[in-house]
Amino acid sequence: MNAKKEENPLKKVCIICAKGAIEDVYATLVMANGAVMEGIEAKVFFTFFGLDAITKKQMKKLHTSTVGNPAMRMPGGLPFPTLLGILPGVEAGVSAMMKSQMEALDIPPVDEFFDMITAGGGEIYACKMATDMFKLKKEDLIDHVIDILTIGEFYALAGGENTQIIFT
Amino acid sequence: MATQNIAGVNIDVNDEGYLNDPSQWTKEVAIEIAKEESIELTDKHFEVLEFLRDANEKGSTLTIRKVGKSGIVDIKGLYDLFPGGPLKKSSRIAGIPKPSSCV
Repeated sequence: MNAKKEENPLKKVCIICAKGAIEDVYATLVMANGAVMEGIEAKVFFTFFGLDAITKKQMKKLHTSTVGNPAMRMPGGLPFPTLLGILPGVEAGVSAMMKSQMEALDIPPVDEFFDMITAGGGEIYACKMATDMFKLKKEDLIDHVIDILTIGEFYALAGGENTQIIFT
Repeated sequence: MATQNIAGVNIDVNDEGYLNDPSQWTKEVAIEIAKEESIELTDKHFEVLEFLRDANEKGSTLTIRKVGKSGIVDIKGLYDLFPGGPLKKSSRIAGIPKPSSCV
């Protein structure tokens, strides 16, 4: 598939990540990295639980939820019982398995993903209101975070033709 | 599917300008395709192109992460060499198929 030049290609994506589960964070990171790889400007705004992805202490400990997730399957395809998901260690085990499967596809860990995105010119921001709420300071966040912004300030970065805002 | 005269040779290219047959690639072809992308090739570019061709021949799925770990250039450097499309543009210039990975 290839968009024809006259089809007015996308120039900028502004992605908002409000959740901190592995799959939510990776959806954001894959889209941001995919954008810069295509020459599309990318600006990413982390808010609420999404802040875990850019918090030094938490970014390597992201988990996927093993309860209340009807799409979760056992290896082999059988349904994953929610009651099993509440057992100690199960969520950690499932999360570790997801990470190893992503590594096999050459999808990097979260910290390295940020290196890749910013190497391509992608920009990372944190939400002022959510950092206040979680009592996080700039120094608690990874160095790639350019600034802590209000949503209004983030919108100010989202101007220009052929810009899209994506909420994950 | 089309034939394009690149650097005086008839080359099979697909409708996005990627070579259909990597064996038709020569350095002269690379230089011509790079010009279309407004890139002037240096020795560093060619090191990357050789790495890509080699990896493609071995059948591995290419990602910018793999190129970044090749020891030739880091990811930032790859963006500097092929602005606005580090893997797509380099693959096209290397005469290999369009990358099929999302990273």
